[in-house]
Amino acid sequence: MSDHEYTPKSKVGKWFNDRLPLLTLANHLSDYPTPKNLNYWWTFGGILTFCLITQIVTGLVLAMHYIAHADMAFQSVEHIMRDVNYGWLIRYIHANGASMFFLAVYIHIFRSLFYGSYKSPREVIWIIGIIIYLLMMAAAFLGYVLPWGQMSFWGATVITNLFSAIPLVGEGIVTWLWGGYSVDNPTLTRFFTLHYLIPFLILGLVVLHIWALHVPGNNNPIGIDVKKPSKDTVPFHPYIVIKDGFALLMFMIVFAFFVFYTPNILGHADNYIEANPLVTPAHIVPEWYLLPFYAILRSVPDKLLGVIAMLSAILILAALPWLDTSKIRSAVFRPLYKQFYWILVADVLILGYVGAMPAEGLYLLVARIATAYYFLHFLVVLPILGFKERTTPVPLSITEPILGGSPNLAVVKKKDSFEK
Amino acid sequence: MKNFFRISFLLALFLGFQFNSIAAEKVEYLKTDWSFKGPFGKFDRAALQRGYQVYQEVCSSCHSMKYLSYRNLVEEGGPEFSVEQAKAIAASFEVKDGPNADGEMFMRPGRLSDKFVMPYDNEKAAQAANGGAYPPDMTVLVKARGDGVDYIYSLLQGYEDPPAGVTLDDGVYYNKYMYGNKIKMSNQLSDGLVDYSDGTNASVEQMAKDVTTFLMWTAEPHLETRHKMGFKAIVYLIILTVLVYFSMKRIWSRIETKV
Repeated sequence: MSDHEYTPKSKVGKWFNDRLPLLTLANHLSDYPTPKNLNYWWTFGGILTFCLITQIVTGLVLAMHYIAHADMAFQSVEHIMRDVNYGWLIRYIHANGASMFFLAVYIHIFRSLFYGSYKSPREVIWIIGIIIYLLMMAAAFLGYVLPWGQMSFWGATVITNLFSAIPLVGEGIVTWLWGGYSVDNPTLTRFFTLHYLIPFLILGLVVLHIWALHVPGNNNPIGIDVKKPSKDTVPFHPYIVIKDGFALLMFMIVFAFFVFYTPNILGHADNYIEANPLVTPAHIVPEWYLLPFYAILRSVPDKLLGVIAMLSAILILAALPWLDTSKIRSAVFRPLYKQFYWILVADVLILGYVGAMPAEGLYLLVARIATAYYFLHFLVVLPILGFKERTTPVPLSITEPILGGSPNLAVVKKKDSFEK
Repeated sequence: MKNFFRISFLLALFLGFQFNSIAAEKVEYLKTDWSFKGPFGKFDRAALQRGYQVYQEVCSSCHSMKYLSYRNLVEEGGPEFSVEQAKAIAASFEVKDGPNADGEMFMRPGRLSDKFVMPYDNEKAAQAANGGAYPPDMTVLVKARGDGVDYIYSLLQGYEDPPAGVTLDDGVYYNKYMYGNKIKMSNQLSDGLVDYSDGTNASVEQMAKDVTTFLMWTAEPHLETRHKMGFKAIVYLIILTVLVYFSMKRIWSRIETKV
C-alpha cells in the first residue's frame, strides 16, 4: 500500500481515522502511483466499473416494476416500456448496457493478453477477473431470460439442457434447475433471484480485483516493473482520473448512440414475441457476446465433449499465467507473440461470426478449425514460444526508452513541479 | 487519439457481424421513405391517424392490440387525436366490466382508460376462427420481426399467384415476402378499401404505408421523445468530452508525457 503514513489534518478526521482508516484509504487511492505511460487501453477498468454501477442502478429501478411470473413478465416489460415514466430509457440502458459491458470487458481482457498483465506477480488479479467474467456471463444469460420472450424461453431451455450432458445425474440436475419438468414459472422466479444476486457478488469481486491490483500496482505498455513512486509514475489523482474520465465520456457517446438510435439492434427480434413452449424459433441464437463459446460448443459432435470444450475454453484462461512461459510481459518486445496475438483476435472474431450462423457445411468446418486453433494457441503456441522466441531489448525504465539510453533530462527537471 | 480510432474500428467490426447475421436470408423488400427513420425522425401525424383507421377497419377484426389503451391515442408523439375524438373512439366499443353490486358482469361503452378491446375471447377462439392460425397481437409486431417495418409494408403488398409447382392447401396463400412464402392470412388490402376522412387516395400502397407507420408507433410509442432526448444527450456528451479533453491536456502538460 502507500509508502508513507497519512495523518488527517483536522482533529475530527484524526479521531475517526484512528477508528476506521477510511481517510487513509481515500488518500491511498488518490496518491496511488500509476505508470505514466499507460495508454487508452488501460481506461477500460474505470469504464467497466461505470458499466457495473449503471447496470445495478437501472436494474434496481426495473425490478421495482417488473413482475417475475410466467404469465405477467412479458406484459410487465411492456408496461415498463409504455407507462412507467422514462421506463423505456431505463430498460434500453440496461439492455444495451449489458452489451457495452461485454464490449468493454473483451477489450480489457485482450489488453491484458497483449501486454501480459496476467503474469507474475498479477496472477491473482487475473484469476479474480476470470471469475468476474464467468459471473457476468451468468448474469447476462439469466437477465436475458427475464423478459420471457421466445429467445428468453428457448435460450434458457438450450442452456439448462447442457447440464443433461453430465453422465448419470444430468437429467436430475436439469429438473432441479428448472424446478419442474420444463422451463416454467419456477425457473423464471429463481432466475430473477439469481440475476438480482450476481451483480453484488461481482461488485465484491471487483473490490478484491482492485485491491489485488493495488499490491503490485499497474502493469504498463512496456511491461516492466516500475519503482513507485518515482519519475516513472504519476499520482492517480488528477492524472489518471481525468484521463479515465475522458475515455469514459467517449465510451458514453457510443453507448448513448445505441440507446437512443438503435436500441434493439443488438437484441433478437424473436424476444418481442411472448414465450410459447409449443413453438420453437427457427434459429436459437445467444446474445453476440456469447457467440464464440456457442460456436465452440456446436463444433464438437458429442454433447458432453462439446460442453467440456466450451467450459475449457473459458477455464483455460485461468491457467494462462502458467501456460505462457515467457518472462517478458509486453508483446511490444515479443515479435512472434505479437503476431500470434492478432491471429488469436481474428480467431475469436471468426468464432463469433460462425456462432451466429447455422451449424452446417462450411460454417461448421470453419468453426472446427477455429476451435482447434483456439486451444492450440493456449496449449501449444504459448508454452513453446516462451522458450523459442528471441525477444527485443527491454528498457530499464519508462523514462529510458532504450536499454542504456540517456535519461530524459526534461522529465527529471519537471519532477520537482509535480511532487509539490 | 489513434487508439480511439482503433476502438471504433473494432466496434464497427462487431456491428458488421451483427448486421450480417441479421441479414442472413436476404430478401429485397419494397422501399418507401419512413418519416420516423434517422436521428431526427418523427411520426407523420396524419399517417398515424389514417393508419389507425386502417387498423380499425381492416386488421382489428382478427388482430388484437393488447398493450395499447384508448388514452394512448391522445398522447404526445402518437396520432394525437383530440380528447373528444379519442373518447368517441373508446365509446364506440363495448367493454365487459363488473361484477356489479348484484355480482353480474355487464357491458358498458369503452373509456379512455380501457385497453383496446380484443377481437377474440382467447387464443383458442382466435385459432378456431382462423383455420388454426393465431393472428399475432400487433402491438409490438414491428419489433418482433427481424426486418421490421420494411417486412410488414412489403408483406401487405406481396400477395401473388403461386409459381408453378407450388401447391397450396385450402386457406393458405402465397406471399413473396412471407418467411417460407406461405401465409394463412388472405390478401386484405384493395384500392379504395377504406374511405380516408382526410381525402387521401386509399391506394394499397398508401394504406400499407399508413398502417405500418401506425404499427411502428404502437411498438415504440416513445420514439419521438427518444430521438429528441438522444440528440440533446449526445450533444451534451460531446461538449463535455471536448472540455474534459482540454482539461486533461492542461493537467498532463505539467509532466513530459503525451496523453
